[in-house]
Amino acid sequence: MNHNHPVFTDNDPQSELVTLNLGPTHPATHGVFQNVLQLDGERIVSGVSTIGYIHRAFEKIAEHRPFYQITPLTDRLNYCSSPINNMGWHMTVEKLLNIQMPKRVDYLRVIIMELSRIADHIICNTIIGQDTGATTTFLYLFQFREHIYEIFEEVCGARLTTNIGRIGGFERDFNDIAFAKIDKFLKEFPKALKEFENLLTRNRIFIDRTAGVAEVTKETALEYSWTGPLLRATGVDYDVRISDPYSSYQDFDFEVPVGTSGDIYDRYLVRNEEMWQSVRIIEQAIVKLKTEPKGIFHADVPEFYLPPKQEVYNNMEALIYHFKIVMGEIDAPKAEVYHAVEGGNGELGFYLINDGGRTPYRLHFRRPSFINYQMFAPMSEGMLLSDAIINMSSMNIIAGELDA
Amino acid sequence: MEETTLNNDIHVKLTEKFGEKVTAVSEPYGLLTFVTYKDVIVNVLSHLKEELKFNFLTDITAVHYPGKDHGIAVVYHLHNMVEKVRIRIKVFISEQNPTIPTATTVWKGANWMERETYDLFGVKFEGHPDLRRILNMDDLGVHPMLKQYPLEDPNRVDKKDEFFGR
Repeated sequence: MNHNHPVFTDNDPQSELVTLNLGPTHPATHGVFQNVLQLDGERIVSGVSTIGYIHRAFEKIAEHRPFYQITPLTDRLNYCSSPINNMGWHMTVEKLLNIQMPKRVDYLRVIIMELSRIADHIICNTIIGQDTGATTTFLYLFQFREHIYEIFEEVCGARLTTNIGRIGGFERDFNDIAFAKIDKFLKEFPKALKEFENLLTRNRIFIDRTAGVAEVTKETALEYSWTGPLLRATGVDYDVRISDPYSSYQDFDFEVPVGTSGDIYDRYLVRNEEMWQSVRIIEQAIVKLKTEPKGIFHADVPEFYLPPKQEVYNNMEALIYHFKIVMGEIDAPKAEVYHAVEGGNGELGFYLINDGGRTPYRLHFRRPSFINYQMFAPMSEGMLLSDAIINMSSMNIIAGELDA
Repeated sequence: MEETTLNNDIHVKLTEKFGEKVTAVSEPYGLLTFVTYKDVIVNVLSHLKEELKFNFLTDITAVHYPGKDHGIAVVYHLHNMVEKVRIRIKVFISEQNPTIPTATTVWKGANWMERETYDLFGVKFEGHPDLRRILNMDDLGVHPMLKQYPLEDPNRVDKKDEFFGR
């Protein structure tokens, strides 16, 4: 029988190969991943990936939740950049409902999404440093993830699983402290990122460990449906923000960095450059916000936008809308919609089928980590074990997104 | 507007090649959607990949419509990255015998997407190199995304649609 959880043991004493169960909880793999590897010395001969250790059946649960209750589920996909998932979901529903968003809300969203992209890339790139033996880089840059979380805290009250915003905008406007924190971040982060790059980018040891390791060609990457920084490192300039602009990304001037060989070093460089571009986008967004009318933080769609609690208690219309939204009684068209956003790891897609019921008829998440990860075991063959470990960190596989 | 002409082009080209096998063409939210049949699905996919530049397989998933003759829809999302067009292809297959040829012959990346669809919906992809469950445990026994398996206590009455006039 084909077994889903193969655990090999060495029964043959004459066997030259060693079986290693790398995971499910191995300190080197940053998450719940199991790979059963056949090793010849330190070289991997073959590998089998087993996933699903934290499968929580989100697609099934989503079929039983009204739209606004699905946002917390998306938090737990790629929990390193929850706001991108939240807003991707909100934009999917807004697309379904044909809601036109005010520009100011789009720009506010762009700020939050780019901050989360930076947080996501900080994790990945510092972890590559950590896994190649450079703990310093990890400690230097990681505090900026903390600063980003403080901004999220100011905007929505939560840090990791943010549940940020609502269908139709944000639940409250950014306060002055949030803007001050963003300004402070924009001032301090470039210096630290420069310092981080100085430590790693021209570092002989780091280059020796990463350059030429786990090279992937464009063709293979496309064949395996790779997206995100991994695909761009191979030289394909595909970015959802450019190809299907959402949330007014077309108003911004930024570049899509691409690599050449798709090896770990290129992935590192692509992610670093994306952080610089994200900083650029946030700076532009801050400038653009100044010309937008103040105080608008959601679209004017009372039948879909959850009203503030105070109004619910004091205002009849708000009470009615609140009741209808909470009970899933909104009039959403019977239609199907696919919406994709550029998540930290690639194209995060939402395929939503609505049949007019209280809940989605079907909701499918196209999860980049899940699709990227399937190449890990095949590409590990012939690789050194220590290279496979940094290959996995450079793929930035997030267990929550992998298993949904 | 531009997109619509492009979609028309693709539609015309597909109809030339596959005739009546391309049915129920629609464009929800600008995304060209059509239904085809399982005997030609691999040809359609490889034709789209080789001739019409849909080089990228975005996603494979399924939807369950209980009580119909062909109650399971296998849904493919393809992407033409050069011309920035997406396309959605559906194949309806029977619930009793949910089989469909595998797309792994066209894209290697279809492997895990099909395994996930098999795991959740029980769709058997013929010719798949390694069709086993991927997210759930082996002895689960059911394919949990099928609509007959309830998420929570089916006796709960506070969530039934008929109590809300639906």
